[in-house]
Amino acid sequence: MSAKNVYYTKDHEWLKVEGDEATVGITDHAQQALGDITFVDLPKIGKVVNAHDSLLVVESVKAASDVYAPVAGTVSAVNEKLVSAPELINQSAHGDGWLCKLKLFSPAVKDLMTAEQYETFLQEN
Amino acid sequence: MPYIPTTDRDRATMLQAIGVPDTEALFVDVPASARISGLNLPLGRSEADVYEHLHHMSHRNSHDLIGFLGGGYYDHFIPACVDEMASRSEFYTAYTPYQPEASQGTLQAIFEYQTAICRITDMEVANASLYDGGTALYEAAMMAIRLTGRRKILLDSGVNPIYRNILYSYTRNLEVEFVEIPVAHGQSDRDRISAMLDDKTAAIILQNPNFFGAVDDFTDVIQVAHQKGCMAVMSVYPVSLGILKTPGQMGVDIVTGEGQSLGLPLSFGGPYLGFMATRMVHVRKMPGRVVGATMDAHGRRGFVLTLQAREQHIRREKAMSNICSNEALCALRALIYLSWLGKEGFKDLAHICAQKAEYAKTRLSAIPGVEVKKSAPTFNEFTIELPCDASDVVSRMIDCGFAAGFPLGRYYKGMENYLLIAVTEKRTREQIGLFAEALEGVL
Repeated sequence: MSAKNVYYTKDHEWLKVEGDEATVGITDHAQQALGDITFVDLPKIGKVVNAHDSLLVVESVKAASDVYAPVAGTVSAVNEKLVSAPELINQSAHGDGWLCKLKLFSPAVKDLMTAEQYETFLQEN
Repeated sequence: MPYIPTTDRDRATMLQAIGVPDTEALFVDVPASARISGLNLPLGRSEADVYEHLHHMSHRNSHDLIGFLGGGYYDHFIPACVDEMASRSEFYTAYTPYQPEASQGTLQAIFEYQTAICRITDMEVANASLYDGGTALYEAAMMAIRLTGRRKILLDSGVNPIYRNILYSYTRNLEVEFVEIPVAHGQSDRDRISAMLDDKTAAIILQNPNFFGAVDDFTDVIQVAHQKGCMAVMSVYPVSLGILKTPGQMGVDIVTGEGQSLGLPLSFGGPYLGFMATRMVHVRKMPGRVVGATMDAHGRRGFVLTLQAREQHIRREKAMSNICSNEALCALRALIYLSWLGKEGFKDLAHICAQKAEYAKTRLSAIPGVEVKKSAPTFNEFTIELPCDASDVVSRMIDCGFAAGFPLGRYYKGMENYLLIAVTEKRTREQIGLFAEALEGVL
């Protein structure tokens, strides 16, 4: 995923911006590190988050991990399919395994990495 | 030789590292009234002398009183099989071992205990137990806060005052707002509760039977709570569930209770047993250990801890609670006790307790000056009004050989003349008669 409107965080979330709305997911690297995902504690629609706030919790056979909001916004949609099929995140972290959508407070996306920068970040860490 | 594994130097280094002048400073949070300034101990004596001395001292306690005292902890009969089975070394000596490859017996016992708790409460999932009824109720309050994202809790004042104190002290440094709703004539003020439930309320906490003994059906209140998106939390007396409408039938979201009545001896401070059960949709927000049934690689049924990812040893400060332990041995006793009673025995026990309490009401209401409160149906515990201070009456009754009950003035202002009386299956018709005669005598 190297499209221009896709950004990455150091906590291994991705953010795909379309207009004033953005889709959030975890990266393929993150799903591999977590192992089989067994449960996603999806946020309530309308939940307001600042950047770096805990957005939701992804539980795998190894651990329950917070997913942080890459940017500030209001949760506008959640991926209901994950309720019965959390494994979609393992199968397609950047596609069908998306987590939720945020209505952005500001169209400007700050302090996030591009796909190339994230690649470099992964190699360095 | 005292067993002190650290040297003076070790301790000085540790105190310096945390920036505290001396060991004494670590205890400043313990109120002075709860501390002793020193023990005036005589010089050493022989083991036999010390034993004799302590044995003598122990007889200064009242013992062998005929008990009509309840208030959340009850004098039920404990069959010999409970001690016999719970004291087997496989259970008794092991500290809650959880490794499935080594501890199938313990894990199966916990699983069966959870099943028993679900059956008596009519709920879908129970945890492996908590410390006691009061702390279990605190865990339920916090669970409701996690589930709703709200921070206000409505608390019926018919909830055991000891539990309410626990709620307040546990949450003193947390952002939780409690609103107490006074009872009206010993019963929950359902109109006021319903009016106060709003979209800021995380939960309404109820107790059935309440502290005054009143039995209620809270189905209507719980429906209102759900309409407002609030959780319904209920503390119950497990023995009463053999006869009363269950929390599950009323639509309760989280049930807790004190399990002492299920095969645990009355003991000042415990160890007691907190139980907790909820609906499956809330299981991931439930604190504590949970044992699940599964299959091993050969397809054989086995038991393992499950849903551990939300717990403290993995989630650290983000865990569902700080509870990382359970009262495994007490839970085992409860399981043995409930298995011994069986489904019919459990119902019979509840019926006997209720009937004996009704008999006691009849006898006590015949005493001039005593009024048995009858505003609500009761289970095995009820309130009487005396013509004088109930605490004094309790003291005088000790001299007659009775633990007469719980003086309500201790926790409820203006109720100094009220006495809470509990009757279990252990009380005989004769004892109830003697109790009534003694009470008439001391008034």
